[in-house]
Amino acid sequence: MADITTAEKSPAKLTKEVVRFEPRIIGFLCWWCSYAASDMAGTSRLKYPPNVSIIRVMCSSRVDPAFVMRAFAEGADGVLIAGCHLGECHYVSGNYKTAARISLLKKTLAQFGFEDDRIRLEWISAGEIRKFSKVITDMTEKVRNLGPLNWRENFEPK
Amino acid sequence: MEQPKEKLKLGVYWAASCGGCDISMLEIGEKILTVDSLADIVLWPCIADFKYKDVKAYPDKYIDVMFFNGAIRNSEAEEIAHLLREKSKILIAYGSCSYEGGIPALANFYSKQEIFDRAYHESQSTVNPDRIEPKTKHTENGYELYLPEFWETVRKLSDIVDVDYFIPGCPPAENTTWSAIEAIVSGQLPPVGSIIGAGNKSVCDECPRERKETKIKRFKRPHEYVAPDPEQCLLEQGIICLGPATRSGCEARCINSGMPCRGCYGPCADVYDQGAKMISAIGSVLESEDGEEIQRVIDEIMDPAGLFYRFSMSHSYLLRRRLVGAKEEMK
Amino acid sequence: MEETSVKMLKLTIDGIETEAREGETILQVAERLMIDIPTLCHWKFVKPYGACRICTVEIEVHGKTRMVPSCSYKVRDGMVVKTRSEEVIKHRKMLLELMLARHSQVEVVRKLAHEYGVDTTRFEEMPSEQCINCGLCVRVCDEVVGANALTFVKRGTERYVSTPFEGEAESCIACGACAYVCPTGHITVQDIRDRKYVFSELALGPTTPIHIPFAAAIPGIPVIDSHTCIHMQTGGCGICSKVCEPDAIDYEMQDTFEEMEVGSIILATGYKTFDPKRAEQYGYGRLDNVITSLEFEHMSHASGPTGGAFVKADGSEPKSVAILHCIGSRDKNYNEYCSRVCCMYSLKIAHLIREKVPDADIYELYIDMRCPGSGYEEFYNRLLEEGVHFIRGKGVEVSQMPTLATTTPVASNSKLYVKCEDTLLGMPRELPVDMVILSVGLEPAADAEEVARVFKISSKADGFFMEKHPKLAPIDTLSDGIFIAGCAQGPKDIPDSVAQGAAAAAAAMSLIDAGEVALEPITSVVDEEVCTGCKTCLVVCPYGAISFDEEKHVSVINDALCKACGCCVAACPSGAITQRGFDDTQIEAELAALLM
Repeated sequence: MADITTAEKSPAKLTKEVVRFEPRIIGFLCWWCSYAASDMAGTSRLKYPPNVSIIRVMCSSRVDPAFVMRAFAEGADGVLIAGCHLGECHYVSGNYKTAARISLLKKTLAQFGFEDDRIRLEWISAGEIRKFSKVITDMTEKVRNLGPLNWRENFEPK
Repeated sequence: MEQPKEKLKLGVYWAASCGGCDISMLEIGEKILTVDSLADIVLWPCIADFKYKDVKAYPDKYIDVMFFNGAIRNSEAEEIAHLLREKSKILIAYGSCSYEGGIPALANFYSKQEIFDRAYHESQSTVNPDRIEPKTKHTENGYELYLPEFWETVRKLSDIVDVDYFIPGCPPAENTTWSAIEAIVSGQLPPVGSIIGAGNKSVCDECPRERKETKIKRFKRPHEYVAPDPEQCLLEQGIICLGPATRSGCEARCINSGMPCRGCYGPCADVYDQGAKMISAIGSVLESEDGEEIQRVIDEIMDPAGLFYRFSMSHSYLLRRRLVGAKEEMK
Repeated sequence: MEETSVKMLKLTIDGIETEAREGETILQVAERLMIDIPTLCHWKFVKPYGACRICTVEIEVHGKTRMVPSCSYKVRDGMVVKTRSEEVIKHRKMLLELMLARHSQVEVVRKLAHEYGVDTTRFEEMPSEQCINCGLCVRVCDEVVGANALTFVKRGTERYVSTPFEGEAESCIACGACAYVCPTGHITVQDIRDRKYVFSELALGPTTPIHIPFAAAIPGIPVIDSHTCIHMQTGGCGICSKVCEPDAIDYEMQDTFEEMEVGSIILATGYKTFDPKRAEQYGYGRLDNVITSLEFEHMSHASGPTGGAFVKADGSEPKSVAILHCIGSRDKNYNEYCSRVCCMYSLKIAHLIREKVPDADIYELYIDMRCPGSGYEEFYNRLLEEGVHFIRGKGVEVSQMPTLATTTPVASNSKLYVKCEDTLLGMPRELPVDMVILSVGLEPAADAEEVARVFKISSKADGFFMEKHPKLAPIDTLSDGIFIAGCAQGPKDIPDSVAQGAAAAAAAMSLIDAGEVALEPITSVVDEEVCTGCKTCLVVCPYGAISFDEEKHVSVINDALCKACGCCVAACPSGAITQRGFDDTQIEAELAALLM
């Protein structure tokens, strides 16, 4: 708080100090719903933070928990997995598998010391472009508040 | 077995290890006599006294085959790993600990300080009013004494030095050890970096139980399965068995004893992170089309990280629990 | 066949020799011969009752003459019937005189009496009773409807028709059959306590349970609405089957489900109109003369309930009409989107009203006039020339009383006041009109969500089906072989719907014509060297594309069945399955590149 008050007094310092942390988030989006929503959000010129880098998969059930762990290990601050709503999976039942896997993965990652907000599973249908932009914005802000993960710095410099 | 021209020089060393691997070397039974006839043992701290200086005195690449068991937990193990790498022609990570961290690597779910707190202060049998903890350097009467540095994170051998071959298992099964020795003696070794002695498939390949493609309603905890059906796949009976995600070679020894596979042979050939694969596989076999029910069943799985990374913490993408800022989450 | 088994009798009526089946009544035979016999208590779908005796005829059998009621008296062989003999006329006159004494104000009685030259009665005139105790209502309710909600009470001169215990009949299904058959208009149907009418008295919809859905329906055959049909409710009635000569009525007909194997599907499931009851401020359903645009269409149709006449609920001609645009459209409270078609059809409505009521004041209350399209703007200009008043400002409220202090109330009490803000004048206005037409917007069909689920296609935020690409693939969906057309995809007018429908048909045809389907080459494949036969993949595949090769003890993926979701790839614990184009190394390379 004290910093902010001093910063307010000198605008130069403010710009220098308030360099926001920009989280790096990996988004695994299913082709049929969530990726289509991101596409539509783009064509509709909806605004959302650029922090989520998208990897397209055919179905959210293609997302191997190893990808998520790998993403964190490689420097991601958050991982978003998004698919069709339950019961609306283009591949009939794929997202139920995703639900089970990601739920178990979240539980495992909690034991690894991850905050819950760093990994997020969302059901976003192709039409829900506002939800898409809301999820991206919300997740970016939440991860931003959590701060950098810097997983590699977690290890001793050996 | 064909007699080589010269007797092989064999070494066995232990780092962060329970000693089970050393004993498992003897599990091959009378075949140890064959080993004796083929090889001279030039280093084996478990059975004969060796000093560092003795090893240092060996010329480089003096030891033909070095079986290194145990994970790398402190600077002493690191030092000896480098030394043995220098002195050995073939360095083999023997057993789960040196291959993938093993049981010692479960310490990666704690920080060094948490381990010290537990070991030197909190444990019921400890009386340590002065709160003395191991230090790497101590001066007494003008003499400087050194202790190896205890690491935050347990590493596998291949993180420290180049390893030629890996023999998985906690400990490696008798046939695994023997087929590895056979391969070495006969000189029929696969490319460097391979796993020897074990199979290339998963435990399911060796498992005699039958999988009927049924899906699972809920998972049981160990105290809940007194007498599982001896014919049917354990996983199908709701018992979390790591067999599908674990390399073959043990001949399904746990499963044949009515216990689920715990995954000591590490990941299968095409997989790096065994735990992640198991999470995926477990999530796949649940039979539910109800988000809440799925959550409920998953919630019943206790300690998934410990369950799926029992042996492979050092062979995982994440390697350890987060050190910073996560202590609150854990409690 | 029936003819042979029934005995035929010979008889003479008014000198005409004829034949009749045994069991027929004299009245039936006479009707066949177009001989007019007056009746009051007779209706051919209920049993003869013989209450009024007005149908009395003179018969001669074996030389003996008698007076009998023709409605119930069965014919006999050799019978001679006289329906207008002196005796008969005298008899009827007497009856009519008696009736006049008690029912002097009943139209049907007076008319009949007048026909017979009976205009006064010699009997003591009593206060006129509307009910002539013919019992038709009681019998219809019993025999036809099967509800037994009406009965005679008391006897003799005190006899009258009522409901059981004079109360509200529980068994009454409010079908209105009693009112229909009542010859005097004594029985009326009243809408009390929201009890349902079997058929609505409000004429802007099907008026009977049996109807042709709409004028241009294909096939143009009548249907029975099972919810309002008396037969479906009580098992009674069945009059339609009695009168249908080709015997085409089948009450037992059930919905049938047909399964078809097809290669492509076009979803053209249409839309539903916005229900203006959701917007209470417009008074729809509450105020008689507030109707929807579709109801206007129905009314203005030549075969509609009013024969195409544009009338108010009381049958009079409206002299001023307000057409309110954007009801349920372009409104954050209901639907944000523009329904696209309403501007143009509102113009058409105005034009039709101008034709039907040339001197009417017609107001169009609009937010923006949206007339893009061939000839549309020209039509708008024509309406301007026709003297339609265009007010830029959405109608916000319809009430029976003026709400603005500035409004001068009109003397008539049947006026409606439409409040709006005239944004060109920059002031609020309130228009007194006779009738309000709500230009309701278009919404996704009621079952659109269900349909989308069945066909595994996506819906947009507004609920209409989502196309694969808004510009480049407007008829395709994300599901191969499923196309969308018309308002199912979003509001559009007829030319656009036709164009999209034709495009969808062409797209479907091109699939059929090609004869083969190109599969995406991203299917999954099992590495037999690595597969251990754990069968995990078999339980995850929703398409049954994975089978197990018992001999090799490995899983095998059928390329033609695999839809490439990749679920099995993630599930494979031994990493033996890869997805072409999405294998682990490729995704991990993407990851590495993104996180560089």
